[in-house]
Amino acid sequence: MTSLRITIDPVACDAYGYCAELLPEAIVLDEWGYPMVNGQPLPAELAAAAKRAARDCPTRAITLREKKAGPRPARVSVAPRADLRRSGR
Amino acid sequence: MTHSASQAPPHGALHRLLGHPTDLAGHIETHGPLQVASRGEASWRAALMTSLEASGLAGRGGGGFPSSIKLGVVGAAGAGGTIVINGMESEPASDKDKLLLLRAPHLVLDGAQYLAAVCRASRIVMCIPAGRDTVAVAVRHAITERRTARYARVAEEMVRPPDGFVSGEESALVNFIERGLSLPVFRPDKGSPLRIGRRAALVHNTETLAHIALIARHGHEPFRARGMAEEPGTCLVTIGGAVARPGVVEVDRGVPLCDIVALGTPVDSPQAYLVGGYGGTWVAPPHFATPYASMSLRTIGATAGVGVIVVLGPAACGVAESARITRYLAGQSAGQCGPCVYGLPAVADDLALLARGSADGGLMARLHRRLGEIRGRGACRHPDGAVNLVASALNVFAADVDAHLAGTPCARSHAPTSLRFPQAVAI
Repeated sequence: MTSLRITIDPVACDAYGYCAELLPEAIVLDEWGYPMVNGQPLPAELAAAAKRAARDCPTRAITLREKKAGPRPARVSVAPRADLRRSGR
Repeated sequence: MTHSASQAPPHGALHRLLGHPTDLAGHIETHGPLQVASRGEASWRAALMTSLEASGLAGRGGGGFPSSIKLGVVGAAGAGGTIVINGMESEPASDKDKLLLLRAPHLVLDGAQYLAAVCRASRIVMCIPAGRDTVAVAVRHAITERRTARYARVAEEMVRPPDGFVSGEESALVNFIERGLSLPVFRPDKGSPLRIGRRAALVHNTETLAHIALIARHGHEPFRARGMAEEPGTCLVTIGGAVARPGVVEVDRGVPLCDIVALGTPVDSPQAYLVGGYGGTWVAPPHFATPYASMSLRTIGATAGVGVIVVLGPAACGVAESARITRYLAGQSAGQCGPCVYGLPAVADDLALLARGSADGGLMARLHRRLGEIRGRGACRHPDGAVNLVASALNVFAADVDAHLAGTPCARSHAPTSLRFPQAVAI
């Protein structure tokens, strides 16, 4: 049984806030506009939206991990959007 | 009964770590030479590893992580790594690492040599903050002595990261050594080793290394003979605040907090102890006899943190002092993570309003929400420490908080601070 977990790199995050719009079920913004995740495994039906939120983050601060029973979670590869890839951010 | 940098250890105090000469000849006379197997042969390395595991030594830098686990992770990462000695001691209330490096730099460096032999590291880097020149001179002298005498097996060097509360965080040290950036690094998997280049880097506090140097020479039994079965050994504690004789003491792990404080001759009727430094927790009088050990402290919502106990005297205001600490910690953010950059100043503002007795009606609800939202959201633990400190202040000084909320702050809140800060802190 695998499930996705969202990790936000707080150093990379610049509070664009797109993630909370794309995945409001799992991400809310704090009063300064920085995302908060509840840390719970993501329901399977939200996987597609989560991948989109990770892909569309302008600072690439979101990582999705497949939480398995093993000690080392596997990183899910999300291809960067072509229009952001060379933006220099 | 406390040590300062200039005094000899007092009669009756423990002095396993602090009570011997600082030059190399005296060090060898007291402790014997480094006994590192040539080329770090496998059976010798395994035996020392076993001894360190059996000692039950936990890191003395504040995290309290079992040293042997940290070592195992790095040992598994292969040869050619770096042992990083964390001599930053960025906690303003702490003096133990400075004192240890002035008194016993060879013991600390020996610990790093033993560790380097165990995990086949090829480099030892001592980190002393820029501006702390007395300590740096002592360390440089010790390193030169060891090189001249061909005593050091693995090359030892010193680097000088900027002085700041967060610059001693282990990933910030590694980042500084590798790239010259004194900034913590976000690591989602804290169990994986830090790296410099492609090689593992093992960061240890100076005191942890001094213990390792003794365990490597004398085995784990003398270490385990001290302290508690669950948390063995001695530890260095800086006693400060409302005490007649502030300074550093070496005590058995598990000694009641009030017995440690007694060594510094505290004033009558202290209001609280600040345990674990400015990112630690306030402890109220009913818990003054709690054993100084992680497990016991956890039961009262505290942590050992860095080895610091600050006594808050009856003339001070816990709310105002906590507001100052929070303001100081907010100013010490590395400036990388939003919840820390914006959250800590916001919490400091809330506490300042409270301290001045000018709280608005929504302050407490807002403050509690902010504390809950900030926790766990930094790349390093800096914001967590600040949040825990404030949460404990609201609890321990609850009666004062109520008076301040009611717009009638205590007269004590106008008193100047009784705490030590590197620079003046206004609330």
